[in-house]
Amino acid sequence: MQTSTVFLTLLALCLVSFFVGRQRSRMVASAAGGMQVLHSLPKHYGYMTALWAGLPALLVLVTWVGVEGSVIRGIVVSEFPVEILRLSDSEIGLYYNQLVSFAISGGDASLLDPAQVAGAEQYSALVSQSGNLKLLLVSVVAILGGALTVIRITPVLRARNSVESIFTWILFACSSIAVLTTLGIVLSVLFEAVRFFQTIPVQDFLFGLQWSPQMAIRLDQVGASGSFGFVPLLVGTLLISAVAMVIAVPVGLMSAIYLSEYASRRFRAVTKPVLEILAGVPTVVYGFFAALTVAPFIRNFGESLGLTVASESALAAGLVMGIMIIPFVMSLSDDIINAVPDSMREASLGMGATMNETIRKVLLPAALPGIVGGILLAVSRAIGETMIVVMAAGLSAKLTINPLEAVTTITVQIVTLLVGDQEFDSPKTLAAFALGLVLFFVTLLLNVVALYVVRRYREQYE
Amino acid sequence: MSKGSFKNTELIEASLKKRYAKEKRFQWYGRLAVMLGFVFLFILLFDIVSKGTPAFTQKYLLVPVHFDAEVIDVSSSSTAQELRAGDYAGLAKKSMRELFPEVSGRKEKRQLYRLLSLGAEYQLQDMVMAEPSLLGESREVWLLAHSQAASYLKGQVTRDVPEEERRVKDLHMDWLDSLQQDDRTETRFNWMFFTEGDSREPELAGIRAALHGSFFTLIVTFLLAFPIGVFAAVYLEEFAPRNRITDLIEININNLAAVPSIVFGLLGLAVFINFFELPRSAPLVGGIVLSLMTLPTIIITSRAAIQAVSPSIREAAMGVGASKLQTVFHHVLPVAMPGILTGSIIGMAQALGESAPLLMIGMVAFIMDVPGGVTDPSTVLPVQVFLWADSPERGFTEKTSAAIMVLMGFLIVMNAFAIYLRKRFELK
Repeated sequence: MQTSTVFLTLLALCLVSFFVGRQRSRMVASAAGGMQVLHSLPKHYGYMTALWAGLPALLVLVTWVGVEGSVIRGIVVSEFPVEILRLSDSEIGLYYNQLVSFAISGGDASLLDPAQVAGAEQYSALVSQSGNLKLLLVSVVAILGGALTVIRITPVLRARNSVESIFTWILFACSSIAVLTTLGIVLSVLFEAVRFFQTIPVQDFLFGLQWSPQMAIRLDQVGASGSFGFVPLLVGTLLISAVAMVIAVPVGLMSAIYLSEYASRRFRAVTKPVLEILAGVPTVVYGFFAALTVAPFIRNFGESLGLTVASESALAAGLVMGIMIIPFVMSLSDDIINAVPDSMREASLGMGATMNETIRKVLLPAALPGIVGGILLAVSRAIGETMIVVMAAGLSAKLTINPLEAVTTITVQIVTLLVGDQEFDSPKTLAAFALGLVLFFVTLLLNVVALYVVRRYREQYE
Repeated sequence: MSKGSFKNTELIEASLKKRYAKEKRFQWYGRLAVMLGFVFLFILLFDIVSKGTPAFTQKYLLVPVHFDAEVIDVSSSSTAQELRAGDYAGLAKKSMRELFPEVSGRKEKRQLYRLLSLGAEYQLQDMVMAEPSLLGESREVWLLAHSQAASYLKGQVTRDVPEEERRVKDLHMDWLDSLQQDDRTETRFNWMFFTEGDSREPELAGIRAALHGSFFTLIVTFLLAFPIGVFAAVYLEEFAPRNRITDLIEININNLAAVPSIVFGLLGLAVFINFFELPRSAPLVGGIVLSLMTLPTIIITSRAAIQAVSPSIREAAMGVGASKLQTVFHHVLPVAMPGILTGSIIGMAQALGESAPLLMIGMVAFIMDVPGGVTDPSTVLPVQVFLWADSPERGFTEKTSAAIMVLMGFLIVMNAFAIYLRKRFELK
C-alpha cells in the first residue's frame, strides 16, 4: 500500500469524523433542549473530532514511514548468506540495493545470485505486509481517536477552546520551523564536516595553500595529490567579491544619492523599479551572460591591448556579479540616506552649502555606518553567490590576486564536489560540507554584524 | 568695512564658480551611475533576446521522398510493430541522395546526410504509421533541418569565417544555397520548443519537461511555504508572548533570509536525501528545499501585512465576542491577504528562478521524459538553462537564451501580478 494512499485514506477518515462529530453535537444538543445549550458551535465539535482522529494517526504514519525502511532492511539482511555478511558495510549496501531495484523494477534474474532473488521476494512480501499493516494501524488509530472524541461530546464540552489551543500549538510549530531549519543546516553541515576533519586536520584545511581535491585511487596516479588547503578558495572568493564591489558600490551608491536627492519624483518612480529588475533576474541568467558574452568580450579586449586574459577570468565573473548587486546596494543606501532627518539637510543648505557639499560633508558621514552595514550585506551576498561563479569562474585553485586570471571559489568547489555520483565516505565529498560550514559561518558573521550596524544606526534618529 | 572681509567676499566669489562646477559634476556622476545601471540592464536583455529569438523558428527542407517499402524494410502486410521498427533513417538518406544525385563518394554522402536532423526519420516514421497506404508512393516532404544547416540558413554562420573554424563546411553551404534557390527551404515557428523534452540534438530540444518540473516543484513549494509561512507570521504577530523563545525564532528568521541558497542545498542533500532517503532529482525534495528557502520572505512580508491591519478591526471582532483565533482567521487575515499574497508571489518568483540548491539534490540529470508526479526525476527551467549553457554546440546557445526568455516572461508576469495586488491593497 502506497504511503500516499494511506494518507488519502486518513484525510477521508478526518472528513468523515468532522461530519460525525458535528452531527453528534447537534443530536446531543437537541436531546438536551436545543442548540443554545451547546458550549460551542456544532462545527467546532466537528473540528475537534477530526483533529483527534487525524493528528495521532498522522504521528503513527510518520513514525512508521520513518522506521519502515531500516526495519525491512534489517530483516532482509539478516537472512543473507554468511559470506556476504562478512563483507564491508558498503558492499552489503550495494548487494542490498541490487536486490531492491530488482524487486521494484524487475530485470534479468540471472544477473543476481539466488540469495538475492530470494531476498527480493522476501523484500516484496515485507513491503506489501508493511503497507497493509500501515493502512490498518493508521485507520484503527484514526477511528479510535474519532470515536473516543465523539463519545465525549456533551453540551458542556468546550470544543472551541480545545480546538483553538491545538491550533495555537500548530501555529507555534510552524514558526519554530525556522529554528529547525537553522538547526538542520548547522547539524548536517557540522556532522559531515567533522567526519572530514577526522581525515584531514583542521589546520591543514584552514591554512593549506594547495587545493586539489582529486584523491589518488591508484598509487602512481598523476595530478591527484588530494590536498585540501582552503586559502586559495578564500582568496579567489574574495577577489571576485572585490571586483563585484568595485562595480556595485560606486554605481549603487551614486544612483541612490541621485535618486533620493536630485531626481524628480516622477523620474524616481520610473527609474527605481526598472533598476530593481536587475535584482529579480535569476542568477543563472547572469551566469550565462558572464560566460558567453562578458568573458569572451573581456578576453578579446584584453588581447587587443596585449594582455593575457584567462577565458574564465575573475574579472568577468566579478563584473557580472557586481551588476547583480547594484540594485541591492542602491535600495539599502537609499533607505539609509532617506532616514537622515531633513533638518540636517536644511541646516547645511541654509548655511549656503551646495547640495554636493551637503551630501558629502553632512549626509554621507551621518549615513556612513548604515551604508557600511549595507555593503557588508552585499559582500555576504557576493561570497555566497553560486550560479554566476559556477558558470563563469574557473575550476583551478590558483593563489593569485590578478583579476585577469582564472580563480575558483568556495561555492564553485561545493558544486563541483557534490554534483554527480558521490560516496559519502571519501574526503572529497565530505570536503564540500566543510566548505559549506565555512561559508555558512562567514556569511552568518557578516550578516549579524551588518544587521546590528544597520539597526543600531537607524535607532539614532527615531 | 575692513579690508580683510572684502578679501574674504572676493575669495568666496572666486570659489563659487568652482563650487558650482563641482556641484554640476557631482550631479553628472549621479546621472552616470543611473544610466550605467540602465545600460547594463539593456545590454543584458538585448543580449538574451538577440541570441534567443532565432530559437523560436525552425528550418525545414523540402525533400522528395519515395516511400519504398524495400528501403524501409517493411511490406504492406506488416503489423504496426514492424512498421515502427522500419529503417526510416535509410529512407531519409536515400531521399537525400536522390535530391543530390551528383554527390558521390562515401565521405561526401555522409556529409550530405548531415543536412537533415535526426528527427527527420521520426517524421517519416510518423507519416507512415498514420497512413500506411503511403508505401510505394512518392511525396514531397518538409523535413526538419539539422541545427548546423539551420544556423547557416538563419545567417548565423557565414562564409567569412575560415572553413576550419566552423562546423558547417563549404560543401554544406553550397547544397543549402542550391536548395534555397529552388525554394526548397522554409521557416516555421518552433512549436517543438514547447512540446518536447530535453534532447542531445539542439533542433529537437524543448522545455516541456523542464516546465513540468518547475510546475511540480513550485506546487510543492507553495503548498508547504504558504501555509507554514502565514501560520508562523500569525503566531509571531498575534499570539507570541515576548520571551526568549520567540526572540530566538525572530532572529532565526532574519538570519535564514540571508543564508546563501547553496547552503540550503547542502541541507537538502544531507537531511532529505541521505537521512530520510527521499528520491533524488525529484520535485518533492526540490520543493521542500525551496520552501525552506522562501519561508523567511513569506514570513517577513506576511508579518508586515498583518501589522498593517488596523487595531480597530481586531477590537471590533473581540468586542462582539469572537475568540482570538476567530478574530485572526475571520477578520485580520482576509484584510491582510493581498499583502500576504504579494509577499508570497515574490517569494515564489525567487523560488522559480533559483537553481543553486537544486544542483545539490541531483536535479541536474539529463532527463528527456516529462515528469508525471512529484517523485519522478525531473529538472526545472533555470537548471535546464544551466545545462544547455554548458553544451558546446552552437545550437544550444540560442535554446538557452530562448529558455531564459520564457523564464523571464514567467517572472515578469508573477511580479506584475504582485504589483497589481499591492496597488489594489494600497487603495483600500
